[in-house]
Amino acid sequence: MTIPLSWYLLLAATLFCIGFFGVLSRRNAVAALMGVELMLNAVNINLVGFWRYVRPADLTGQIFAIFVLAVAAAEAAVGLALMIAIYRTRRTINVDEIDLLKG
Amino acid sequence: MPMIFLFLALLTVVMAIGTVTARNLFHAALFLVGAFFGVATIYVLLEAEFLAVSQIIIYIGAIATLIVFAIMLSRSMMGREAGGYNRFWVAAAVGAAALLALLAWVLTTVPFPVVDQPVPADAISQIGAGLVGPYVIPFEVASVLLVVALIGAVMIARERHRQR
Repeated sequence: MTIPLSWYLLLAATLFCIGFFGVLSRRNAVAALMGVELMLNAVNINLVGFWRYVRPADLTGQIFAIFVLAVAAAEAAVGLALMIAIYRTRRTINVDEIDLLKG
Repeated sequence: MPMIFLFLALLTVVMAIGTVTARNLFHAALFLVGAFFGVATIYVLLEAEFLAVSQIIIYIGAIATLIVFAIMLSRSMMGREAGGYNRFWVAAAVGAAALLALLAWVLTTVPFPVVDQPVPADAISQIGAGLVGPYVIPFEVASVLLVVALIGAVMIARERHRQR
């Protein structure tokens, strides 16, 4: 326990903000999805860090992180399938050219 | 120990920055694998070995492979300029930096109720018992979610043979 908890939280915050920037700034939808994956990883570091430093006796934090992992896998599968379907019909997956729903 | 943490944290952050800045999307995906691996090493430092192995199997083994396949399936994404930014990237950078500053301020000023306890020796078997004991309902819901998501992914990405 020589490393303070806040170091892990700061690392997670940094990763989260990098992923946040990626989601907002990328033109390509797959690149934006990579940003989402970075954000989910940052959340998992927070969950595991709080588990280790605040409640190491019961493993709720780790089990939560496992559920986040499962939801991330589902999200990646559906997201990439959507992108492949959009690419097939529109020949592009740039998020600023996919504007069919724009009024 | 702090030196190891700083090295691994720096590696993870550099890989993450590479993921969001690489012009070539394929390089971005490889940087993403590096970032996933860095996060797995952080889990090892936090004594969550099961999660570290799950991270490598699920993220690097499955999700990263899926992303690489999606990049290769659409040829225009392999181009040199595919990883460009949209016109909001300056605002996004300022917003992300502001969020990081706010989080850093909160995280360094709030005192957390930290206890110095060892991890139980049978942590992995306790996780297994928890998943079929008190957390059995979320566990089953997660499995249903995965099945639904994967069937849905197959249905969405399936090639339709000119049916009107």
